[in-house]
Amino acid sequence: MAVATTHKPLTKAQLLHMLRQMLLIREFEDKTAEWYARGRIAGFVHLYNGQEACAVGVVAALEPQDILMSHYRDHGHALAKGAGTKEAMAELFGKETGLVKGKGGSMHFFDYQAGHWGGYAIVGGHLPLAVGVAFAYKYKKESRIVAVVMGDGTTPNGYFHESLNFAKLWEAPVIFIVENNLYGMGTALAVHSAVVEMTDKVCAYDIPAERVDGMDVVAVYEATRRAVEHVRDGKGPYFLELSTYRFRGHSMADPQRYRDKEEVAEWTHRDPILHMRQKLMEEGLLTEKAAKKMEDDVKREIEEAVRFAEASPAPPLEALTEDIYASPVSANPEAAIISTPSA
Amino acid sequence: MPVRTYLEAITDALREEMRRNPDVFIMGEDIYAYGGSYAVTSNLADEFGPERIRDTPIAEGAIAGVATGAAMAGLRPVAEIMTINFALLALDAIINHAAKVHYMFGARIKAPVIIRTAGGAGAQLGATHAQNFEVYFAHVPGLKVVTPATPADAKGLLLAAFRQDDPVIFIENTGLYRTKGEVPDGDVIVPFGSADVKREGKDVTLICYSRQFLTAMQAAEQLSEMGIEAEVVDLRSLRPWDAETVINSVKKTNRGLIIEEDWQSYGIGAEIAATVTREAFDWLDGPIERLGLVEAPMPYARDLERAAMPSPDKVITRLREMGVVR
Repeated sequence: MAVATTHKPLTKAQLLHMLRQMLLIREFEDKTAEWYARGRIAGFVHLYNGQEACAVGVVAALEPQDILMSHYRDHGHALAKGAGTKEAMAELFGKETGLVKGKGGSMHFFDYQAGHWGGYAIVGGHLPLAVGVAFAYKYKKESRIVAVVMGDGTTPNGYFHESLNFAKLWEAPVIFIVENNLYGMGTALAVHSAVVEMTDKVCAYDIPAERVDGMDVVAVYEATRRAVEHVRDGKGPYFLELSTYRFRGHSMADPQRYRDKEEVAEWTHRDPILHMRQKLMEEGLLTEKAAKKMEDDVKREIEEAVRFAEASPAPPLEALTEDIYASPVSANPEAAIISTPSA
Repeated sequence: MPVRTYLEAITDALREEMRRNPDVFIMGEDIYAYGGSYAVTSNLADEFGPERIRDTPIAEGAIAGVATGAAMAGLRPVAEIMTINFALLALDAIINHAAKVHYMFGARIKAPVIIRTAGGAGAQLGATHAQNFEVYFAHVPGLKVVTPATPADAKGLLLAAFRQDDPVIFIENTGLYRTKGEVPDGDVIVPFGSADVKREGKDVTLICYSRQFLTAMQAAEQLSEMGIEAEVVDLRSLRPWDAETVINSVKKTNRGLIIEEDWQSYGIGAEIAATVTREAFDWLDGPIERLGLVEAPMPYARDLERAAMPSPDKVITRLREMGVVR
């Protein structure tokens, strides 16, 4: 169910920025894969290749003070929302200069100022947090809203249903966004979800819902604008399903036996970056030369990010037990202990 | 000093803090229209209304998660999980999220959420409604866990929870709600990590928390009539816990017994016994001993339930086995 919008069309500068952001994310992910293969990045790493239009389109429709929260495939969301490529790459390298001081890694990016409030690696666990953050802004009568991103694999989870119900009851200013890439890890949508139409699941909670082409960044932007207007007007939550596809495996260790080559080829053909690049050229907004320059700029930025990450110091060992608590553990820290230290 | 019940003391703390700070709100099942399963919020509903005493669906994972999110965005939420048995459904929100966001996100954000819940057996509620899971929370770096035994401590510890910035699991006991005690007027705080010597003695230290404080005090009275003076140390908070006070007491009495309402295996007492044994080994006349629940799911039948729980008689029997009572 679409709501009519009256906003101005995107400017050339905005469109070019969206293309650049998608290129930046793609390049960041490709370099991440490269440095993972070289053994400098570790842990579970889930790349965003193919899904760039989702994060970039959503963020383009948000205000800077709005909050974006996402799942463990979070590099694209953080970068789109404004996290620095240097700090993000340094986080992957496990460095003190990383987004979260090397404490989080790939699955737990966070940038307070940019408003990317976390990648979360427990499927569905961030949904009630997002409802809570959104409710806080409503309670404080601030106009900020929250967009929370999940995969299709989250929609059978209890948190999904509890959070949609809660958000509707409390009229929390939150946009629930499913990046439907057709697989929950390696399990196909029809195998993990009794109802495969996301919008059908959501109608149980009387939340307006739209299905959008998640490979078309402008379509994602337009839909998110409608969602933002609804939510910021105090009309309660909104739901978007973005149809998309990941071009790489679930994580770095995925042999991808569960999807066939034809399907992958068909979706790869719909690459959101090539699609946007071509469209801007057809509309006379981008020349081959300008595109090449943009691509070179992006490559240079990511190369600098890698250099920064490599040159940064590892966290000091004292950091291991720092920041577990925000406040002193007790009024008398000399007396009170929280575990049995080794003698 | 005014005399208040444990329940009234908690209500008083909530009321005083809600008057002081508009960012404090309470959310939970049946807390507004119904007045609270144990009526902690029934006297707050009229004053603060449904915007600040917020009824929720029966969805504990979302209750704890939404409260954590609200705390991340700067509010001071108090989430009431009706009983600790239901908190199992909220363990992910509490342990994977509330306890982690500050550390995992490089101290870029805080989650000062207070989760109030109640444990306790003794009301013939059967296996799923009479448990004590404080150890599940006390195990987790990033959480603070408090277990008041008296009205004054309940109020003082709850006020303390509002004056710091970490997630707090505030565990009440249904068997304590009607107990009475003197409670200082106003904003008197009991700091976390400060155990309280509730009764002085020289012959043995009884270490307890929450409702087993009552068992310890009753046992101490009976022991006194037998010529044995027990020192009763109430831990008050489990994470952090005040090892210094416990160790000093054991160094004085040379013997210690922990009375706990959780299952003894892998329980709170195990942590205390290990620490005290290491720190006060040369002062001990025998091992630190434990008295917890019988290792069985809680049965419904009255006599079976009583038999499962610690009691003053069991304390004295155990002290006899330890050679403290001859």
